[in-house]
Amino acid sequence: MEPQVAIASRIARELSSGMLVNLGIGIPMLVTNYVPARVEVFFQSENGLIGTGAPPQEGMAHPTLTDAGGRPVTALPGASTFDSAMSFGLIRGGHVDLTVLGGLQVDQKGLLANWMIPNKMVPGMGGAMDLVTGAKRVIVAMQHMAKGASKVVKKCTLPITSVRPVDLLVTELAVIAFRDDTAVLIETGAGVTVDQVLAATDAQLVVADDVRGMGDVASDL
Amino acid sequence: MHTISLEESVALIPNGASLMIGGFMAVGTPECVIDEIVRRKTHDLTVIANDTATPGKGIGKLIAAKLVRKIVASHIGLNPETQRQMMAGELDVELVPQGTLIERIRAGGFGLGGILTPTGIGTIVEEGKRRIEVHGKDYILETALRADFALVQAFLADYLGNLSYALTARNFNPVIAMAADIVIACADNIVPVGLISPDHVVTPAPIVDYLVMHA
Repeated sequence: MEPQVAIASRIARELSSGMLVNLGIGIPMLVTNYVPARVEVFFQSENGLIGTGAPPQEGMAHPTLTDAGGRPVTALPGASTFDSAMSFGLIRGGHVDLTVLGGLQVDQKGLLANWMIPNKMVPGMGGAMDLVTGAKRVIVAMQHMAKGASKVVKKCTLPITSVRPVDLLVTELAVIAFRDDTAVLIETGAGVTVDQVLAATDAQLVVADDVRGMGDVASDL
Repeated sequence: MHTISLEESVALIPNGASLMIGGFMAVGTPECVIDEIVRRKTHDLTVIANDTATPGKGIGKLIAAKLVRKIVASHIGLNPETQRQMMAGELDVELVPQGTLIERIRAGGFGLGGILTPTGIGTIVEEGKRRIEVHGKDYILETALRADFALVQAFLADYLGNLSYALTARNFNPVIAMAADIVIACADNIVPVGLISPDHVVTPAPIVDYLVMHA
């Protein structure tokens, strides 16, 4: 399985009906492809839309109906639109149940760095700092390694996004939960051993007593 | 409210002016005003907006023409030219979390000196700012923003200047309309008074100084 698919499909199992969910750009956006049957969630685009739907059919795009990356989307029945102050009131005010964001580094306390590499890449934080600070639950979707180095580190060397720790990290190798400043390995990827995860991880991990496979967990019942 | 031609509206803007510009990745940005600024080469501008779009779109055109001295935005990652000018020291960039940026603008338009937000606590964003504890929780004091001009794009305007917006083209537009000394509004459609239901007016007519007439 492609790493991105393994990550996105695992995260999709965290969704339940009625949730208001904000997905970041990149792997997080793929989560929409794996929403379990019968689960109905509201996706928010922080440019001012709740009820974001799939891209429209060719020739049906509207110039004023876009996602936060500026790409054409559709609005599902029951959708609503609003200005940016309302949109971030929803985010900062704790009304968003779950956000899924990409990451450059996550450290063993659950701190996330995902908005800049000093002197190299300074895209700006966009809505990421507000999302990590304000959403009820934060999940990071990222590949475990980059250029041979672990992205799951002891302490972030890149500027952090928020002092609020994330709740869950999902990579193609592992699912790691953050509880009381501790990183707990709770699942391993398909065909991946605990030792392989530990070898690919710079952070100190506590191995849960009942580590499961990422594919083993029963999907939404 | 005055109706005005596109050329006259942009002639109001002097070199060195500060502009709040509506839009999110150029969706909801008044492109005709941007094009006229580029044509007139109004320069040394300070721009306050969500992003700098992509090259060749919206605020990206102002960046490409090197008319902007300073930009206050939340995201410039999809415009390599903005990044290049910033790295080269040609453009002063202040990056602000999106929720903080829109609230600073809202504060500027609503008569507030600033806002208290938890966003950015303990990060680079907090540097040089006051931390204030309220009810046992820490917040950063973020000061209000205002500008000389707001450049607003609406979906509907009536002859009095009442404005309503479409879908995701609303974004920063109604908020910046409150926070600038002079509000210049463009609309996809200009319609007779009464066609916008009072409940659907988002920016009331007295807020709008100039409505740009269709060519």
